Amino acid sequence: MKRYGDKVAVNGVDLDVETGECFGLLGPNGAGKTTTVEMLEGLYQPNAGSIELFGLAWGRGQDGEIRERFGVQLQETQLADKLTVAEVLKLFRSFYRRGRPVDELISLLALEEERNRYFSRLSGGQKQRVAVGCALVGDPELLFLDEPTTGLDPRARKSLWTIVERYREQGRSVLLTTHYMEEAAALCDRVAVMDQGKIIALGTPRALVDSLGMVQFVEFEVTRPLEEAPLSALPSVASVVSRGQHYRLRVDRSLAALSSVLDELARQDVQPIGLSTHQATLDDVFLHLTGRALEQRTEKA
Amino acid sequence: MSESPSPLAELVKARVREFMREPGYVFWVFGFPVLLAVGLGIAFRERPPELPRVAVVTEADPARTSALFSAQGRVLTERLPRAQAERALARTKVDLLVDPGPDGLLLRFDPAQERSRLARVVVEDILQRGAGRRDVLAVREQTVSEVGSRYVDFLVPGLIGLNLMGSSMWGIGFNLVLARKRRLLRRYAVTPMHRAHFLLAYFFSRSIFLALELALLIGFGKLFFGTQIRGSVLDVVALGVVGAASFAAISLIVGSRLDNTEVANGWMNFVMLPMWILSGSFFSYERFPEWLRLPIRLLPLTAVNDALRAVYNDGASLLGVGFELGVLVAWGAVGFLVALKAFRWQ
Repeated sequence: MKRYGDKVAVNGVDLDVETGECFGLLGPNGAGKTTTVEMLEGLYQPNAGSIELFGLAWGRGQDGEIRERFGVQLQETQLADKLTVAEVLKLFRSFYRRGRPVDELISLLALEEERNRYFSRLSGGQKQRVAVGCALVGDPELLFLDEPTTGLDPRARKSLWTIVERYREQGRSVLLTTHYMEEAAALCDRVAVMDQGKIIALGTPRALVDSLGMVQFVEFEVTRPLEEAPLSALPSVASVVSRGQHYRLRVDRSLAALSSVLDELARQDVQPIGLSTHQATLDDVFLHLTGRALEQRTEKA
Repeated sequence: MSESPSPLAELVKARVREFMREPGYVFWVFGFPVLLAVGLGIAFRERPPELPRVAVVTEADPARTSALFSAQGRVLTERLPRAQAERALARTKVDLLVDPGPDGLLLRFDPAQERSRLARVVVEDILQRGAGRRDVLAVREQTVSEVGSRYVDFLVPGLIGLNLMGSSMWGIGFNLVLARKRRLLRRYAVTPMHRAHFLLAYFFSRSIFLALELALLIGFGKLFFGTQIRGSVLDVVALGVVGAASFAAISLIVGSRLDNTEVANGWMNFVMLPMWILSGSFFSYERFPEWLRLPIRLLPLTAVNDALRAVYNDGASLLGVGFELGVLVAWGAVGFLVALKAFRWQ
């Protein structure tokens, strides 16, 4: 548990990351993800509760030992502007007793051409790869990544995922926070969904999605009002949520479900605009659990 | 797996590289003090003495006063109508007025003006010689401008002191605030890097720059102004180290918690500006009232300046500047203790 003044940032978070696993903390900004990982990293002391890494606890004279064994990418760290990629990595390499050769790391990060470029001259994606490189340089058993791809374009995001996957091939563990459900689904073996300082769901991405039932979503807009009751009454429709002229229906995963919805709209002589269907995702899990969308508030971040 | 480089060496290299690659830093630490020395050295250089200005009224006998017009290099003489000449004298545009007298010449001047009394002596001498006086004793003259008592001799140690303060304050305190703002400090805090290495790296990189700064200012003073260290160069270096460490400790206090560079900027100026004015870098603090002098002498910059000047110009040894060393060590010790207590990585 972590308290700031009388505001409780994280409460009753109980989780284990297994060796070789990629564990995701998924949730919107302010859910307490960063506070949770920063307590694990030893940056903050919890007000109550206990933390163990590799069977060791913080503040018992083994802090240095613990830090040798994990690597960290923190949110919003700006490394030295006027050092080159190779110099930054070599600096961080020097802090660890054991580690990976800088050259090997530069090729893993696909930064060979930027090797002698100043950090300040790199693109956002390249900077983030250097930050992850600084986390990998001590050849850690556990890697902490705090929103590693926030603000990156899709290509930069994919290239970062590749680096994480190659690190995992060695059977090492990752603890990752993200508010992109796509990222959690792509990288994580298990996901904990956090909201307002609590874990509200925990499981594999598949299991969390399946917990919603065999469902899919149908979304569309209308130009004139619609009678909702006959739609809700359809046997294949589980729920109807409307916001203005936007409708979102949770239906069971069958072709018949979609055609019965379309038949009902035709009966009411309503023309749906921008009709789309999608399989349930982690985003829907979050929406289902909290009634709020996961990415909506955080897109700007 | 790879051979681990030395963390201390890497940290020092990083600090030195970051500094040398930022033209702004290099200018403020190395270029600015030299420019200041050049500018002030020129402004306050020893000027040739000003010549007495003399007005000769048009009514005066030209034969008797012609010597004044041919004595170039001793007086500046002009011929003016009496009314205009009297006005010029009243406004001290001229120091002395030559008027025809009852049986010769009348020298009119204000004895309260030192320059006028000087003019009187010079003018009479010229006039008497012009009229044919012969000196009975042969006198020769030699002019002296002694190194060690000129304004630049006062200025150069003061500039070294200022530079020690400025580069320690900005190089350490401000740099820490910047690293905290950029969240670099907390990034270091989650690595196994030894905290002592981090602080030692500041110490070593500061020492490297200190050596360069001292060499630059001492060398520049010597080459361009002929300033000389009467005491030992080693004592100047020792004072540089103690002074830099003392300012480093003070800057650590400023840099121990802040993560906002604008606020840090304000605090830096709050600490440094009073010393810029009070500590006698540009002019002697003897001009301040008596009761202020002890507090001023307790300021670290005053201590550095006084000690450096004593070694530079009076040939003092470190023993001779015990009071100043004591002040510096006290500031350093108190500063480090407070900074250690207050320091935050995030």
